[in-house]
Amino acid sequence: MTTATEPEPTRRDFLYIATGAVAAVGGAFAAWPFLDQMNPTSAVLALASIEIDISSIQVGQQVVFKWRGHPLFVRRRTSKEIAEARAVALSDLIDPVARNANLPDDAPATDANREYKPEWLVLIGVCTHLGCTPTVSTPQAPQGDYGGWLCHCHGSQYDTAGRIRKGPAPQNLAVPPYSFLSPTKIKVG
Amino acid sequence: MKIAFFALALGISLGSAAAEDTSVPYPIKDVHWGFEGPIGTYDRGALQRGFQVYKEVCSACHSLNLVGFHDLAAPGGPGFSEAQAKAIAAGYKIIAGPNDKGETTDANGNPLTRPGILADHFPPPFPNEEAARASNGGALPPDLSLIEKARAGGAAYVYSIVTGFGQEPPPGFKVQQGKYYNPYFAGRNISMPPPLTADSVTFSDGTKASVEQEAHDVATFLAWASEPKLEERHRTGLEVMAFLALLAGLLFLTYRKVWKDEH
Amino acid sequence: MAGQSTYVPATGFTRWLDKRLPILRLAHDTMTTFPTPRNLNVWYTFGGILTFCLGVQIVTGIVLAMHYVPNADLAFDSVDTIMRDVNYGWLIRTVHATGASMFFLAVYLHMFRGLYYGSYKAPREVIWILGVLIYLLMMGTAFFGYVLPWGQMSFWGATVITSLFSALDQIIPHLGTAITTWLWGGFAVGDATLNRFFSLHYLLPFVIAGVVGLHIWALHVPGNNNPLGIDVKGPQDTLSFHPYYTAKDAFYLSLFVILFAGFVFFAPDFFGNPDNSIQANPLVTPPDIVPEWYLLPFYAMLRSVPQKLIGVLVLVGALVTLFFVPWLDTSKVRSCRFRPLMKQFFWLFAADCLMLGYVGSQSADAALNLGGTQLPLVWLARLGTAYFYAFFWLLMPLIGLIEKPKPLPDSIAKPVLGGKGERK
Repeated sequence: MTTATEPEPTRRDFLYIATGAVAAVGGAFAAWPFLDQMNPTSAVLALASIEIDISSIQVGQQVVFKWRGHPLFVRRRTSKEIAEARAVALSDLIDPVARNANLPDDAPATDANREYKPEWLVLIGVCTHLGCTPTVSTPQAPQGDYGGWLCHCHGSQYDTAGRIRKGPAPQNLAVPPYSFLSPTKIKVG
Repeated sequence: MKIAFFALALGISLGSAAAEDTSVPYPIKDVHWGFEGPIGTYDRGALQRGFQVYKEVCSACHSLNLVGFHDLAAPGGPGFSEAQAKAIAAGYKIIAGPNDKGETTDANGNPLTRPGILADHFPPPFPNEEAARASNGGALPPDLSLIEKARAGGAAYVYSIVTGFGQEPPPGFKVQQGKYYNPYFAGRNISMPPPLTADSVTFSDGTKASVEQEAHDVATFLAWASEPKLEERHRTGLEVMAFLALLAGLLFLTYRKVWKDEH
Repeated sequence: MAGQSTYVPATGFTRWLDKRLPILRLAHDTMTTFPTPRNLNVWYTFGGILTFCLGVQIVTGIVLAMHYVPNADLAFDSVDTIMRDVNYGWLIRTVHATGASMFFLAVYLHMFRGLYYGSYKAPREVIWILGVLIYLLMMGTAFFGYVLPWGQMSFWGATVITSLFSALDQIIPHLGTAITTWLWGGFAVGDATLNRFFSLHYLLPFVIAGVVGLHIWALHVPGNNNPLGIDVKGPQDTLSFHPYYTAKDAFYLSLFVILFAGFVFFAPDFFGNPDNSIQANPLVTPPDIVPEWYLLPFYAMLRSVPQKLIGVLVLVGALVTLFFVPWLDTSKVRSCRFRPLMKQFFWLFAADCLMLGYVGSQSADAALNLGGTQLPLVWLARLGTAYFYAFFWLLMPLIGLIEKPKPLPDSIAKPVLGGKGERK
């Protein structure tokens, strides 16, 4: 077999190129299942959205649910907590963006942009610093200076709209995609 | 004289051939299915009717533990919409975890339940094996999720069993107490009473619910339960074989070209 | 043949690398320029096919291990989750299960090729021995792997085979029971057994890969045998491995993959057993316990003898026999093409293995109906086992001494390039 370098692919080379190309395409199609199998299974995806009954949550109370493996905070705010959140100027916020999956990415972090109904706050309970679960502040057991949440891992403090006010966390607590199916039922995810 | 002798011999040999070996079941019925063969697919109507038969008849005793409600809406299956599958799920009661007081039963001692969601699997009719046996004369109705893979003959076996009742046992065959004669079942004594009669269910698509129809449809449904990926497997298989034929052809030409001067 | 390397690195990077880790040189010498006899036929493509099979099993196995749970209460359901929920799980699991059968199909064709063409004879004895070692490691890997789905056949097959060790109680009291208890990690096959079998099933393929490396290294010392069984005399008898044998191997591999895909997509349960779709139940024994098809001939040998200990020794002896083959055959001629007597006994041996496989698949008390009388299959198993042993221990030594071989061709090149050599 000669090893002369030909400037133009000959008919023989075309066959080799065609075979190699078909084999490569086949290899790519064959590789895909091995990559895709690591994606969430249909059983995991079936739990990707949950429906929560909020009818038994009292005013001033937070209930923690589990959503996509994370804690989900559902907090029924008192009118004092709502007023406090509304009184904060945007310029005082460390993170001025709403972080609400139901709104565009650049929506500002006003209190109105953090929920659908002022009474109901739905937040992903994962501190945006390094992932710990923040503790809720109640009048009986205040946590942090802003009446919202305190993360005990490194001291991040969130206000009554779940926005970061002090400490190392860079972002407000995230609002997941959700909707009210009825006044007492929300669907998350 | 010769004729009489042959007639007698024939009669004796025929007579002895009629004595069945009842330790061996009948061969399964020769039934054919739309999903057999390399390009077979499931009949959506049969799957939905079969699901109805399972739900209204079989699920009283037989669990379907490995199938989830979300599978009912998956491609290659009965073809329910997600909303329909959700509604089916919500119709079932799933054992719920402890309530806020830590209780797992209500005031009457019954386990707390919640409506099913898509992520749930079909709940079993009995809480454990012992309860299942106690309700069925000591016999355990097997889970049906993989039944057609677990029995030689698959769908034809299930069809033969559910349509195989009502036959007269051969003379001398002892039907055990509490059991039924079914020649397609190993040992021919089956604990399951005949599950299907004409019009056991009323099909929502109006198909006439003869025993054969019900049996055919539930066997199709159970085939899907055992092999939900059959249609995807067949489809991918055709694509793969076509590709491999092309690749093999190109590799053959390459091989011949490379070896042209050396043979 | 091991000779001087002709690799010349072409770029600055390859020159730099060659001085530090001559891996490209190794690839060049072993897979590109390696002089290979020019007359290798289709039966010589199975080495490459086997390497492909090992790769497929390892890749699919590692991916399955991302989803499989090696716990007696969860294993069966985890396999079902793979089949139903994991994206392409049905495909990866079916490829892995079918791949085991394809792996053994290829290894048997590879081994029979070696027997027919005398590839085990000097100076290739070590290649053969390493090959037998690979075969035993494959059998172990397959045995452990079959237990993992924790079906009825998984459990009971494990019980039957591990219980064989209790036969040693007859030699040294309590030794056999101590060994089985140690293997099981308990008083019966259970969760402890499953976990350790999973660990070993993951380990052994990499041991196989190592031994395959040695096997190929040992092959590259004398170079390949060939269908004529005569030595390579010079470069006129050989061709460079690339592109001649890379092209040939690639083509035959594609045919093998077509067969493989045929099973995976259109007959995925062909090699399986319905009882393994039933979760393991220690209280219910299936009516017939059978291993996978590739172990059936040995299963038949095991059951051919009523006493457990003798049956075990017969089975083990058959496998140990394989190690001695290079020294059992006394013939000076390698290839059965020129050994008219041995050729016939070889084909009889092949038929014998198939017959033993059939007997192994039937129940222990099965019998053939021969026009009225019943011939219990166990007698066929005894005949088959006797022939198996006789083939290696009697025929191989004797035939070499009494056979009159056909005249060997002068060289490899002449029959291929000149007139046609003897076909088959």
